[in-house]
Amino acid sequence: MALLTKKDASLITDPLADNNPITIQVLGICSALAITAELKASVVMAVSVLFVLALGNVVISLMRNIIPSKIRIIVQLIVVATLVIIVDQVLKAFAYELSKTLSVFVGLIITNCIIMGRFEAFALGNGPWRSFLDGIGNALGYGVILVIVGFFRELLGSGTLFGYPVLGNPIEKTGLYSIGYENNGFMIIPPAALIVVGIIIWVQRSRNPALVEDH
Amino acid sequence: MSDKRLTFKKRLHILKHHYRGKKMAPAFNALHTFLFAPDETTHSGSHVRAADDLKRTMNTVIMALVPVLIFSMFNAGYQHYSAINGFPQDFSLMNDFLTWDNFWIGIIKVLPLLVVSYGVGLLVEFIFAVIKGHEVEEGYLVTGMLVPLIVPIDTPLWMLAVAVVFGVVIGKEVFGGTGMNILNPALTIRAFLFFAYPTWMSGDKVWVYQAVERAGGPDAISGETILGYLAQNKAAEMSYSVSDMFFGFIPGSVGETSTFLILLGGLFLIFSKIASWRIMLSAVIGSLVMGLVFNGVVDAGWIGETSKFYGLMSFEFWKHLIVGGLAFGIVYMATDPVTGAQTNRGKWFYGFFIGFLSVMIRVFNPAYPEGVFLAILLMNVFAPTIDHYVVRGNVKRRMKRLKNATILPKDSEGKANELHAETV
Repeated sequence: MALLTKKDASLITDPLADNNPITIQVLGICSALAITAELKASVVMAVSVLFVLALGNVVISLMRNIIPSKIRIIVQLIVVATLVIIVDQVLKAFAYELSKTLSVFVGLIITNCIIMGRFEAFALGNGPWRSFLDGIGNALGYGVILVIVGFFRELLGSGTLFGYPVLGNPIEKTGLYSIGYENNGFMIIPPAALIVVGIIIWVQRSRNPALVEDH
Repeated sequence: MSDKRLTFKKRLHILKHHYRGKKMAPAFNALHTFLFAPDETTHSGSHVRAADDLKRTMNTVIMALVPVLIFSMFNAGYQHYSAINGFPQDFSLMNDFLTWDNFWIGIIKVLPLLVVSYGVGLLVEFIFAVIKGHEVEEGYLVTGMLVPLIVPIDTPLWMLAVAVVFGVVIGKEVFGGTGMNILNPALTIRAFLFFAYPTWMSGDKVWVYQAVERAGGPDAISGETILGYLAQNKAAEMSYSVSDMFFGFIPGSVGETSTFLILLGGLFLIFSKIASWRIMLSAVIGSLVMGLVFNGVVDAGWIGETSKFYGLMSFEFWKHLIVGGLAFGIVYMATDPVTGAQTNRGKWFYGFFIGFLSVMIRVFNPAYPEGVFLAILLMNVFAPTIDHYVVRGNVKRRMKRLKNATILPKDSEGKANELHAETV
């Protein structure tokens, strides 16, 4: 990390763990529930958010001194919408099947709380380079959780990873299925993501009690 | 507690004194110790303590469950052999039901479910007790007994084990362990099984031992439940009489079939003041009301015989209580003191909606003609809300009474007002 000063590096590392947008700030839960049934969709979603958040943060940061504060939300929305449409069109052009799986959720990146949250909380008050790092960090923090949840849900729910059957064939009863194992249908439905995210939160907070809120 | 009412505990106490020094004394002593003696005694001073602690409560419920468990072991074999040989023509309890062959099927199928349920569940409890540094609590004793009774007999043991781990960890331990859980752990386990492995939890092949293996054979008899028949509008093909349904000689989840024994267990729980009669009674009323509404819809001719709801809607309203898991759910699940409503008035609402929703879900759920566990879990979630409004309502009423009391005109000595203020 010689490239970055310690302060700048923490912009990337903090959201990965102790200030994670999903598990600590509890933002962006909706998409984490909706699209994590497959690992592939999780990864694509994570990359899309990375693109939108990093670029969006830079754009907003560059414009931060000329945006009238009364209409800043609308300006932010236009910036996100532009970037999201770019992502959406690229997906439709190069990964049509996947874009159908993700359906409205790519479009709904616009309303992802993490993005507006970072614009408001960080990009409006910091320079473009630091905003860029902050965007990368938060998108990675979001993506890490998505990939973890997607990994467990696809592995336990469908017995595959990235669509590749790692546990054997459930119809021909090979691999694990030959000894009576069955896929867990519960992991396919969105509430399972809530429980997996909950377990991650639980593990994280019991490893670091400082994160537990006082009541 | 008023002196007029003799509780089970007091009767036992009287009996114990009555038989002191006689031959039967140890038996009554043992029963008293098992049921009511606390697990810790004070060593100095004279302290009055309630003896019916958690352990006694749990033991009482387990005793209420034992007849159901034993019946279910016989029924497992009875359903199995009846599916092979056909139902006996002249049914005799001793020759056709209470046979060693039937019981043997129960031993090889029901007992492993019980062992896995207790083994895995207590292991999880033990691990959490060690990690969190508290005593192992008795909470799982009843859950572990309930679990094998509410699953289909052919449930693979590893699935049950996975579900028990899920139910105990996510349903109970994350909330802080015994007494802190929002959802009934046994029903959490069943719900997990139902959503994770639906093919093992519904359909017509899972309720009778080896029905899957026999399916497609020349003498294959479907092990469909009564609700299953009704959901497919095949009531005419059903060969079960009302007494079969009431006494429990029907296919279904392991322990849910015998309404008769469940009723006895329920009376025992009411008598020993472990379970709330308010919840049981209101749940029965709720299910009857919903059943009557559906019967009324059919009688009014609003739905035809071709409707997919006809079978279940035209089912006589009172029969809903003697088929499926409704009776079992009402007596052993809805009355769970931790997850149910706590206030007396709240218990009426809580129970009523459990019965009401159970029958409603039964009729309208297209995939699965049973809804007791879903209804109870739903009302578990709403129980604190119900209690909240009952308490609020009580506060409001008393505030009003206080206000009325204070604006009463003062009499010459001011006595009436004082009297009123005391009763407020």
